[in-house]
Amino acid sequence: MNTLIEVRDLSKTFTLHPQNSVALNVLRGLDFSVLSGECLVLHGQSGAGKSTLLRTLYGNYLPTAGSIRVLHRGQWLELRGAEPRQIMAVRQHTLGYVSQFLRVIPRVATLDIVMEPALSRGWEQPRAKARAEALLARLNIAKPLWQLAPGTFSGGEQQRVNIARGFMVPWPVMLLDEPTASLDDANRQVVLELINETKAAGAAVIGIFHDRLAREAVADRHLDMTPTPSTAKESLQC
Amino acid sequence: MNSAHAMNDATQAARQADRAQPLLQVRGLGKLYGPQKGCQGVDFTLYPGEVLGIVGESGSGKSTLLSLLSGRCPPDAGVIDYRRRDGRWLDVYSASEAERRTLLRTEWAFVEQNPRDGLRMSVSAGANIGERLMAQGVRNYQALRAAGLDWLAQVEIDPQRIDDLPRTFSGGMQQRLQIARNLVSGPRLVFMDEPTGGLDVSVQARLLDLMRGLVRELDLAVVLVTHDLAVARLLADRLMVMRRSQVVEAGLTDQILDDPQHPYSQLLVSSVLQP
Repeated sequence: MNTLIEVRDLSKTFTLHPQNSVALNVLRGLDFSVLSGECLVLHGQSGAGKSTLLRTLYGNYLPTAGSIRVLHRGQWLELRGAEPRQIMAVRQHTLGYVSQFLRVIPRVATLDIVMEPALSRGWEQPRAKARAEALLARLNIAKPLWQLAPGTFSGGEQQRVNIARGFMVPWPVMLLDEPTASLDDANRQVVLELINETKAAGAAVIGIFHDRLAREAVADRHLDMTPTPSTAKESLQC
Repeated sequence: MNSAHAMNDATQAARQADRAQPLLQVRGLGKLYGPQKGCQGVDFTLYPGEVLGIVGESGSGKSTLLSLLSGRCPPDAGVIDYRRRDGRWLDVYSASEAERRTLLRTEWAFVEQNPRDGLRMSVSAGANIGERLMAQGVRNYQALRAAGLDWLAQVEIDPQRIDDLPRTFSGGMQQRLQIARNLVSGPRLVFMDEPTGGLDVSVQARLLDLMRGLVRELDLAVVLVTHDLAVARLLADRLMVMRRSQVVEAGLTDQILDDPQHPYSQLLVSSVLQP
């Protein structure tokens, strides 16, 4: 099995200029890599920087130091300092990200939201539609809702629409931020199956799971992100 | 809007090849009306299909920059190079007035904040849509009429209104008509100045949805000026944040909005409700 993502000495500091330039050292010197077919689960209490790490890997937050390299269409690409259009290409083909929150776009129908990652990769409409419908059905979204914009859906329904969108196309590297949070048992089971299918298809998965059952169902390794006392103290410096 | 789905492999391949090369290269661009009034030292490269948002407060130089970029106002400094459809590069302000005007009528388009500035209010909706085609030499009445009907439908205006004057349209419809009028000639680069500015929220949502669809279907490159960060998040791939005539930060839209680095960008993002 080969490595798909490699992180070296990664740090992230937030400097809050409007608030007396307080500096928060959230990530310090992280090193890890993830293989194809493997799931790395991030461990640590709330505030340890788990979501920050996923967002930094996705290019949503700028790393302060270190290196994030991904295997993008057969070539290694350094994401730290990459051009926006390179990151956009990586997000289109290589790096998937699923959180528990759907960003609702006014007037756009559920089915279109779910199909979008496939259409942007150039899939034909019928193939994308078939896949999207299968996922929505599997995630127990009632068929009459598919043509509606999800703005008025319940929180759980929006979350499942977001998961359907996240699993619409195969990703070489997939980042999961609590995809199973607050789902009922049946739906959680579906999401865990989807994750295991993704792994079986060769994806490297990095995830945050708060419930133990979910963790045990998918995890291969853990990354301990509990802050050391020195980090905690530093984070209070101004 | 079904043409995109019938897009064949040849079109796809041509798009891929076109997308690999820049469309617009801007270096050292500036024009100052006074100290920190206007814009200065602007550099960026835009690729086909990319949407670049320019954000910042009033008076930061956004609109000055847009008029320089769109060929409406000569800069004091800097160069804009544009790659034409035939593959040749054109230095926009070294080109002759005639060349520049041709560009503005054919490969470029400009969507004004106020539709009354971008439409001819005294002629019908159909004539508004047909004007750029006529400027490109289309004389056949049936073809112009067909294009008018087709584009009214594309921007979700009842085609039966083709002979009505824009004055009889609502603000949102006028803005959609302006978009149709601009896109009918198949431009590659579109400049937009606060396109959703004067519209109420429900109309804005419809327009934004329409613009998202068109940008993707037609593979347009867009330079969009807006002070509305939610609009920027929805439409733009990349952002430039301007303050006092200078670009203080540039990058991926969600990165700028979720992890702004410059003190001014942080202030801008934290000053609005949930962009």
